[in-house]
Amino acid sequence: MSSAGQRADEDPFLVRWGLIATSLALAVVIFLLPLAAVFTEALRRGAAPALAAILEEDARAAMGLTLLVAAIAVPVNTVGGLAAAWAIAKFDFAGKRLLITLIELPFSVSPVISGLVYVLLFGAQGYLGPWLRAHDIQIIFALPGLVLATIFVTFPFVARTLVPLMQEQGRGEEEAAATLGAGGWQIFRRVTLPNVKWALISGVLLCNARAMGEFGAVSVVSGHIRGQTNTLPLHVEILYNEYMFVGAFAVASLLALLGLVTLAAKALLEALAGRRVRATA
Amino acid sequence: MTVEIEDVVRRFGATAALEGVSLTLRAGEFVALLGPSGSGKTTLLRILAGLDFPDSGRVLIAGADMAQVPARRRGVGVVFQNYALFRHMTVFENVAFGLRVRPRRFRPGNADILRRVRELLDLVQIPELAQRYPDQVSGGQRQRVALARALAIEPQLLLLDEPFGALDALVRKDVRRWLRGLHDRLGITSLLITHDQEEAMELADRVAILERGRVVQFDTPSAVMTRPATPFVAGFLGDATRLEGQVAAGVLHVARLPRAPLRVALADGPATAFLRPRDVVVTPAGRDAGNGVIRHASAAPDAQMRCVVEVNGVQLDALATNGAGWMVRGAACQVTIRGALVFGAAGPGVMAEAEAAPAE
Repeated sequence: MSSAGQRADEDPFLVRWGLIATSLALAVVIFLLPLAAVFTEALRRGAAPALAAILEEDARAAMGLTLLVAAIAVPVNTVGGLAAAWAIAKFDFAGKRLLITLIELPFSVSPVISGLVYVLLFGAQGYLGPWLRAHDIQIIFALPGLVLATIFVTFPFVARTLVPLMQEQGRGEEEAAATLGAGGWQIFRRVTLPNVKWALISGVLLCNARAMGEFGAVSVVSGHIRGQTNTLPLHVEILYNEYMFVGAFAVASLLALLGLVTLAAKALLEALAGRRVRATA
Repeated sequence: MTVEIEDVVRRFGATAALEGVSLTLRAGEFVALLGPSGSGKTTLLRILAGLDFPDSGRVLIAGADMAQVPARRRGVGVVFQNYALFRHMTVFENVAFGLRVRPRRFRPGNADILRRVRELLDLVQIPELAQRYPDQVSGGQRQRVALARALAIEPQLLLLDEPFGALDALVRKDVRRWLRGLHDRLGITSLLITHDQEEAMELADRVAILERGRVVQFDTPSAVMTRPATPFVAGFLGDATRLEGQVAAGVLHVARLPRAPLRVALADGPATAFLRPRDVVVTPAGRDAGNGVIRHASAAPDAQMRCVVEVNGVQLDALATNGAGWMVRGAACQVTIRGALVFGAAGPGVMAEAEAAPAE
């Protein structure tokens, strides 16, 4: 019996290490090598040209625009995602399934299509084009279009992170709070929000990373006007197409760094959240 | 504080959770709402707490109609089945919650909150747990936190939804007595929801028995035990064995039961008989003698022992004098039926008595 037990243990051991090795190899080839290549290419001719490409006027404008778009889109999606998740997890209403499906739409539809839809709606030849022109409102090829496209593409991140957690937590604590005399806003602020705090922060960081890195939808509505409607990812593409490889990879490095900082922040917060639980145990 | 529930109906889609429930709780009374799962107990509790509203009927608490009063304005203390403690708050903050969310005018100062939470934690005997989180305390301690939290709002009505479910049997008995003592000391009205008859009988002044959304009997524990109003109550309480039979000329006949003409004051017709363990007398019998066999004997070392006997293929719960320890599985025995609770086509149960000298 005991030898059979050992044999039964050996196979999973091999399988386990085989799977771990395969995953690590894939991670290195698919994630680490390209990332390393970006930084290597950026610094191929030394730090000075890379720095110059980053500090150049159009690059700085793209950087500013990217941060501005994220600064608008992320708070909008935080509030919207929180509201949607709250509605889905805590209430029953007609059209709930439809709402869940709609939230996932940006994940399943190509960003290019969502960009095109906005052009179709708000562009000069679009449905609302004449009206917008008559009122001197520019959406496509301007900041509002970039913000709209980014909001659309990054909407699921906050909602999708929160819905499963809030559904799992149920309504029990909210109901208990109500019987103790708390009003709707008090319940949200004192019970619901603290319970999803870490998931919310994690969702917001992911949303932010995607908002800064979004290319497809933004590319369609941007118009690629240098210094005006060019975000960082679009700027990378322009530089690359103009054979300015050092510049392209330098700006790409900057973009990659923004993403890495976001990931590091997320990991740090998760570690902190874990430590609070352990420290009080 | 009195509670009047008048003809409350609540439906979820096509299924009715409550079908016209009426119940009146006197001030200071401890009432148990007893019923199997799915009988509508929790729905009624949620309606009293203001977490759900009846489709028709009225709820009056202290004489005031609650139809337009949301949960947060009722001041009803609730201990939820899974306790629903705030997981991100310490035990102290859980208990303080009801004080902290009061409108500014009525909110006590920090020193006052500190004092009152300490008092409550002392009351439920867990003062040392104030700084722990709910996931760091045991099930029994969580229940005390939930109770202290509910009591913090100084409720005149306390609702308890299966509060002992998560406790192990040993702790349960102690906690029950302690809770009843607390109820008496605070002078509040309490409604306990449970499917455990022992719990209801031990704790409550009166027991309401719920069957599929209806109150079928509401009386003192001894009354529901000795005079069950319907076959359902008789079957739900105690370990009575249910047998179908006939009444003819004032005598109960149950097929396959040992010869035992039971006199019963019922009209002729089909009847349902309930045999409680104490109605079934078991005595030792020699090999190949007797009319029954011991199928199961409990290991309790009491003089009065619970056992299951089989007679003519019918298994009966019985209470027997163990005496010389003859009661083992498979032992032959003589089974005599002393009485039964019999329900006719309608009306309450009637006791059937064995004739003084059963004719052989």
